[in-house]
Amino acid sequence: MIAALRKELLLQWRTRAQAVAVFVFGATALLLFSFAIGPNAAALREYAAGFLWLALLLSSTLTLSESFHAEMENSALEGLLLIPASPRALYYGKAVANAIQLIVLGIALVPVMIVLYDAGTMRLPTLLLIIILGGAGLSAPGTLYAAMTSQIRAKQMLLPLLLFPLIVPVLLAAVKATSLAILGDPMEQGRAWLLLLVAFNGIYWSLCGLLFARVVED
Amino acid sequence: MPMDALAIDAEHLARRFGRRWALLDVSLQLRRGEVMMVAGRNGSGKTTLLRVLATAIRADGGRAVVGGFELARREEIRGISALLSHQSYLYESLTALENLDVVSRFCGAPAPSPAMVLERVGLSARADDPVSTFSAGMRKRLSFARVLLQQPSIAFLDEPYGQLDPEGFGLVDEVVAELRSRDASVLIATHQVERVGRFANRTITLEAGRAR
Repeated sequence: MIAALRKELLLQWRTRAQAVAVFVFGATALLLFSFAIGPNAAALREYAAGFLWLALLLSSTLTLSESFHAEMENSALEGLLLIPASPRALYYGKAVANAIQLIVLGIALVPVMIVLYDAGTMRLPTLLLIIILGGAGLSAPGTLYAAMTSQIRAKQMLLPLLLFPLIVPVLLAAVKATSLAILGDPMEQGRAWLLLLVAFNGIYWSLCGLLFARVVED
Repeated sequence: MPMDALAIDAEHLARRFGRRWALLDVSLQLRRGEVMMVAGRNGSGKTTLLRVLATAIRADGGRAVVGGFELARREEIRGISALLSHQSYLYESLTALENLDVVSRFCGAPAPSPAMVLERVGLSARADDPVSTFSAGMRKRLSFARVLLQQPSIAFLDEPYGQLDPEGFGLVDEVVAELRSRDASVLIATHQVERVGRFANRTITLEAGRAR
């Protein structure tokens, strides 16, 4: 898996300009969402968590779909499978690399959210943990579905259609936990949402790793 | 022919795409250290035959033993074989050396150094250039380097002379001779019938997916 992860990080580094474009896309989405609320400081702060995760979700479809572009361009993925590289190692290498990219993107979008939505928080370590678990929760099924749709012409349209219903629990838990971290958590409910995120990560990461070989092999 | 001397023993292989049979009832035997030429017109099933035997795609009928392993044992067959495909299997944004380094890290057995293999295919001067800047012929050479890195016992070469210059033709001949000297078997699908006919031990000609 180390070889697969190394390859993914190298590919991401070589196409780092795309990461900047995805960040600009996410920041723009946050800006546009804020227009929908208007100049209502309390409402902006209340909805900040939801909009942060929506921006991250929309950006994730771009990064996940793009992560298989290099694999399909010259059938490089088939080439690796024929070496033979383990499909499971290839999946985990790509899913971890995608998770890292989404987590970095999430962290980069937090200051934008704080500025636009006046949604500062003192619970930064908790917020970081939520972004790590949420990013990983999006990446695991997202990488599998991106592999499934990578050979389809309408992949940009099909990936969100397949992925969004599946990641509703992760999105719900991440929004609730982030909202509690920003607005305060007097009833200590945040831990329950974090546990839900951990549980879904466990399910997605184990199941998707098993299914990947069936998706990429003839 | 004793079974242990056979690198490939295929019987009645078949593969279809949709309703069209790309390969039908093809049988062949290839000994260790031998070269077999697969000839035939465009669309006759040469590529499909090589891809089935290299386990890139599944057979829809028939059976084959490659390197002593049934086709279902994909990982074992892949461990001892290499496929030079129409697809280059290269990452455009990585350099030539990085592409080979990726392959080398996935190879189970100790592989020769990527730099040495690049030298062998005449690309050492462009080792640090991204593949996106390479011509079709250079990509072909780099794909060949990939095959050499894998040190296969059975090599499947699909149109190895395609896009290469006359010097590249010589390189292919040398590599095939080198593989034979290591007792490796080589299956070559090609339109260069005269050239390969000079050193091939056997020939199979396909027509509309069937052996003629």
